[in-house]
Amino acid sequence: MSNVLLETKGLHRFFGGLHAVNDVSITVTQGAIKGVIGPNGAGKTTLFNLIAGTIQPHNGEVIFRDKKITALKPHAVACRGIARTFQTTKLFSHMTVLENVMMGRHCRTRCGFISGMLNLPRTWREDKQTKEKALSILEDIGLKEHAFETASNLPFGRQRLVEFARALAMEPELLLLDEPAAGLNIYETKELAKLILWIRDRGVTCLVVEHDMSLVMAICDDVVVLDQGRKIAEGPPRTVQRNPEVIRIYLGDSDA
Amino acid sequence: MNLPQVVQYCFAGITVGSIYAIVAIGFNIIYNTTGIINFAQGEFLIVGAMTAISLNHFVPLPVAIFLAVVVTTIIGGLVEIVFIRHVRNASVLRLIVITIGISILMREAMLHIWDEKVRSLPYFTGTGVSTVTILGAHISPQVLWVLGVSAIIVMGLTPFFRFTLTGRAMRACADDRMAARLCGINDRWMVTLSFMLSAGIGALAGCVISPVTQTQYDMGASLAIKGFTVAILGGLGNSMAAVAAGLMLGLVEAFVMSQFDIAYKEAVSIVILLLILVFRPSGLFGKREIAAMRAL
Amino acid sequence: MTHFRRYIPVIAVAIGIIILQVVLSGTRSTYYMTQITMSAYYALVVIGLCLLMGYAGQISLGHAGFFAIGGYTTAVLTTFNLMAYRDTPLVSLCHSLGVVVQRQDIYGADILAFSPWPAFVVAILLTVIIAFMIGLPVIRLKGHYMAMASLGFGLIIYRIVLGGRIFGQADGISNVPPFKIIAGLEVNGRAAFRIESYYIAWFVVLAAMTLAINLVHSRVGRALRSIHENEEAAHSLGVNTYRYKLLVFVLSALFAAVGGVLLTHYNGSIGPSEVTVTKSVRYLVIVAVGGMANLWGALFMGVLLNFLSLRGVFGSYDDAVFAIILITIMLFSPQGLLRLPKFRTVTPLLSRRANE
Repeated sequence: MSNVLLETKGLHRFFGGLHAVNDVSITVTQGAIKGVIGPNGAGKTTLFNLIAGTIQPHNGEVIFRDKKITALKPHAVACRGIARTFQTTKLFSHMTVLENVMMGRHCRTRCGFISGMLNLPRTWREDKQTKEKALSILEDIGLKEHAFETASNLPFGRQRLVEFARALAMEPELLLLDEPAAGLNIYETKELAKLILWIRDRGVTCLVVEHDMSLVMAICDDVVVLDQGRKIAEGPPRTVQRNPEVIRIYLGDSDA
Repeated sequence: MNLPQVVQYCFAGITVGSIYAIVAIGFNIIYNTTGIINFAQGEFLIVGAMTAISLNHFVPLPVAIFLAVVVTTIIGGLVEIVFIRHVRNASVLRLIVITIGISILMREAMLHIWDEKVRSLPYFTGTGVSTVTILGAHISPQVLWVLGVSAIIVMGLTPFFRFTLTGRAMRACADDRMAARLCGINDRWMVTLSFMLSAGIGALAGCVISPVTQTQYDMGASLAIKGFTVAILGGLGNSMAAVAAGLMLGLVEAFVMSQFDIAYKEAVSIVILLLILVFRPSGLFGKREIAAMRAL
Repeated sequence: MTHFRRYIPVIAVAIGIIILQVVLSGTRSTYYMTQITMSAYYALVVIGLCLLMGYAGQISLGHAGFFAIGGYTTAVLTTFNLMAYRDTPLVSLCHSLGVVVQRQDIYGADILAFSPWPAFVVAILLTVIIAFMIGLPVIRLKGHYMAMASLGFGLIIYRIVLGGRIFGQADGISNVPPFKIIAGLEVNGRAAFRIESYYIAWFVVLAAMTLAINLVHSRVGRALRSIHENEEAAHSLGVNTYRYKLLVFVLSALFAAVGGVLLTHYNGSIGPSEVTVTKSVRYLVIVAVGGMANLWGALFMGVLLNFLSLRGVFGSYDDAVFAIILITIMLFSPQGLLRLPKFRTVTPLLSRRANE
């Protein structure tokens, strides 16, 4: 099963004089969990933003399932099957946990203004399905008892989980995880690793930006290393770990 | 049109344009220190003029104007202390809505204190019919007063912001309020000061233009819109550009008045405002930081 | 069915309306109905604005402009005398289609003008077109830029109706005929039709509320709320934020225009005072006091405050009162009065949760 799900070709992005992403080409095979690591400022989140459509590259292409998605806006990218989570949790704080996850179903449902305003029967069916799917995901993730609580009332770790549930509700093919372990302790990180593996077993390919090396080593099939916008290395975690360039950018030169 | 007529219209344009520029500078001072757009800016001009007009019945004109500026400055400070200072976790939008409420309140207060009659200060020098001849056109000496006072305000503010400690402290607040506070700058005071300063120069401008345009309790809103248009045109926060933009708007208005129906004069600034907001919100002279102005 | 629990307040209010009418008729104080009817029409603007501001989180300081577009369009079309053009092909075609009718004006002379229904359709179409044209660029703008742009829009409409001869300039347009909705039912300001107009107005308002409530509880309503809560997240979930904001803007403009049309026919006239900045601010105040994202709160406050204002309770301090209310709300409770803790028992009924 060596299908290439996502491919970036020669992506370049500048911010003023800063070459934030410099000729980055990566491939993500279907069913894999691929890690993206590198020091702060390496361009990892920018890369995510380029893939997700939040910003446009100045050069290069993003190809998803053999189709170019470079110019698409975030909502269109989402509807193609790419979900993402954010570095800082972006939940809908005043909405309930259930409503948050139901929002994940948005790109898979269709009823619009007119059917909404007239409360047509087809909205009843669709909303019922949306609610049921959302509840079943919450159950799978273990948050069902919080379904009707306001999202902002949950502890931080649970809020993270809600964000995952919401992304999963989209039934994505590719999930972009931006530093999912940020702010989690050892036990929570272990749970997170299990969760990501479980997500992959459901058929979702994952691209994970992370700083936590233990997590990366534990779950990633494949890792790409960025430094100052450039790709330094790519390959299985053990191999990359021994790459002298990679060691240098993390630990520094003895001459520096 | 012959030369004297053109000169006439040009002077009319830059006269009223320099007042718009002063209003815009008032906006910029407060915006630069706080990020708020103060909708009540126009009212400061009117309050200043009305106060001076009333005081003029008891004291000579220069004293009346001086006192009016002082009173309006205090009012500006009070407005900030009472309404703006204590707002916690305020989004910029909420504060703007508050200033809209304040402007309406001030206008209604003026209506009840002074009634809706049109008034004006007497001409500073000469009378309504005295003229000075420049390039064949007959200009009222008051026009020179307006241009002179505006120039002094602008030229006074530049060294103030660049060289005095207070001025630089205000600029520091604009750049990074937290850092300013860490440097020992009393940022809350700076905010109050910015309101007071804007109110003061507004009052002065209102007084000097009063003989030319007359003063009525509800003129503040129209001045605020035009001042805002000028501020945006020059790039919010950029006072030098505001001067240029103000003169431009004034000249365009004068030109429109000369060629078309006078009723369209008001529409000019609004149309320019809408065009600028849509096509170039960073202003003619501002950097193209469109990402900062636009939502997704 | 749980779907219909949301309509309980609608039924309750409908019953209340009926009771109120019976009480007023019984105590021979039906004259109050005039202000109540007018307030109901103003409330239509508020409902639309509540969707735009409270749910979609956008601001409009020029909504009175859309009210005016509706009102003035129907006023112009139904009063402009086409007698001089009766032989032109376009006019005679309209005449034969019944779009343009001959009627008597108040002086008894014969005039030829549009009949209210076609005028209504034109007003609605015009509003939608203008709302799209304005919305397309303005929706992109952030916070205070959008506020200023919408303010500018309202001002332009004001200047147009104040300056245009066809709009009656400062005097506005009067002698607008009543609006015959269907045989036997008309929107008419005269005393004989008071009760009829009262019920028509409230029917329209409750219909609008029903549509709004449905929208808020639907997939679109959730999407709007998500845009308000966190636009970036909503965008990443597949919500076309720009399109939704634009559509809500147009929808709210439509509500305002319908209010404008009906009130113009009810009053028999319209003037530039309907389009002032203070009017637009007033609508904003009402939405803010009512609780931003609280449809029933907005309706209640809209009717209450407008009623008091129309009956002159605030005297010459009318605008000042609204300004004070606005400042107070913004200072102390930007979520609106009806969200303060002591009202909490009331809000579950009045709020818009999806968890039925």
